[in-house]
Amino acid sequence: MGYYEEEDLNRFPEIGKHRPELFEKFMAWYEACQADGALSRREKALIGFAVAHAVQCPYCIDAYSQACLEGGSNMEQMTEALHMASAIRGGASLIHGLQAHNSVNKVSM
Amino acid sequence: MVPALPFLNPQIEVARAPNRFDEKLTSHSLELRASKVETLQVNVGKLCNQACKHCHVDASPARTEIMTRETVEQVIGALRQFRFPTLDITGGAPELNPSFRHLVSEARDLGTHVIVRHNLTVMFDPGQSNLPHFFREHEVEVVSSLPYFLEQQTDAQRGQGVFHKSIEALLRLNAVGYGVDGSSLVLNLVYNPVGAFLPPPQASIEADFKRELLTRYGVSFNHLYTITNMPIKRFLDYLRRSGNEERYMRKLVEAFNSHAVEGLMCRTLVSVDWTGRLFDCDFNQMLELGVAPELPQSIAEFDPLKFASRRVMTGAHCFGCTAGAGSSCGGAVVNSL
Repeated sequence: MGYYEEEDLNRFPEIGKHRPELFEKFMAWYEACQADGALSRREKALIGFAVAHAVQCPYCIDAYSQACLEGGSNMEQMTEALHMASAIRGGASLIHGLQAHNSVNKVSM
Repeated sequence: MVPALPFLNPQIEVARAPNRFDEKLTSHSLELRASKVETLQVNVGKLCNQACKHCHVDASPARTEIMTRETVEQVIGALRQFRFPTLDITGGAPELNPSFRHLVSEARDLGTHVIVRHNLTVMFDPGQSNLPHFFREHEVEVVSSLPYFLEQQTDAQRGQGVFHKSIEALLRLNAVGYGVDGSSLVLNLVYNPVGAFLPPPQASIEADFKRELLTRYGVSFNHLYTITNMPIKRFLDYLRRSGNEERYMRKLVEAFNSHAVEGLMCRTLVSVDWTGRLFDCDFNQMLELGVAPELPQSIAEFDPLKFASRRVMTGAHCFGCTAGAGSSCGGAVVNSL
């Protein structure tokens, strides 16, 4: 058995086997988040796609790649979203360099 | 209905059995019966100058199946006798049938609204360069496939070089008045997904096409129809080769929308193949799934009363027309999910 089997994506409802009331609450919230609102379905799919890469979830990357295509986005747009997620991740690492600066400065003359 | 993302798939059996679609209808207390026949859709042959990867007809330059003049005359006879409001001509590239222009002219003389499913690039075949003028002269409604407003996606589906030829053809149609403001000449485009996924919302992608085609190429058009790729012939071959068949069928079944059933094209259309045989739609035609056996089987025997409330023959492919916003030769069949 390998990790991250593609077919496991369709087994997600099995998570509701134990404590189903918690899973049902999650599902209701999740579905409400998907609905068209102040943001369109396409915009939400691109956000989901970017976040999926930031959290490095292969299931989410698969699902939201499809959702982006079915929202009318193309690879140029999806790649820009990917770079946004990656840039923020990179920036988040870099800004922590100040923690190092602070730490070094604290013990340096 | 909230559009379910694949992440949230419930446990759904993949519909393979031919009766699975009927079972789905029954579970929603629905029955698929035709209403009055408004459109006679005629496939005049499988000969085409292109060999698109998603083609449910399996059309190509190598195909020899083409409607004879005798059968074309039978179609014209039916138009004359039964006065169908609309004649929808498809193929292949229908313009490659030697009797194509005769059929269009006769139908227009009868006052029939004529739609031609024109692939754009056939305009550059020998003897076809005056097609825009022919269409204009006969006030034909032109419906043309352009799967995306970018070259890479379009050529991936329709063949290398097709995108730029298509843009040139669209400009020629615009030049004679098709799809431009203030003109009554209608030019509609068709979006097909370039792969194993469903179309985006029609209004949303139409706005993208209008903006991008105008700003990038100066092309205008009237409406964009989103049409779902059918798991038939060449697209089914692609699904199997790429390992996407089960996943795609699951997607179609999961996206079943009972509200799309009322607007299905088979309820108001009868399809004629190149031999004159009758079908409930062009997809059934390619599967050789004829109209119900109790009905007349050829255009020469057509009877509008018998067809008006006929039961429609179905199969697993019908999930393609009921997925999401639905799909027909006129695009999505419901406005929102």
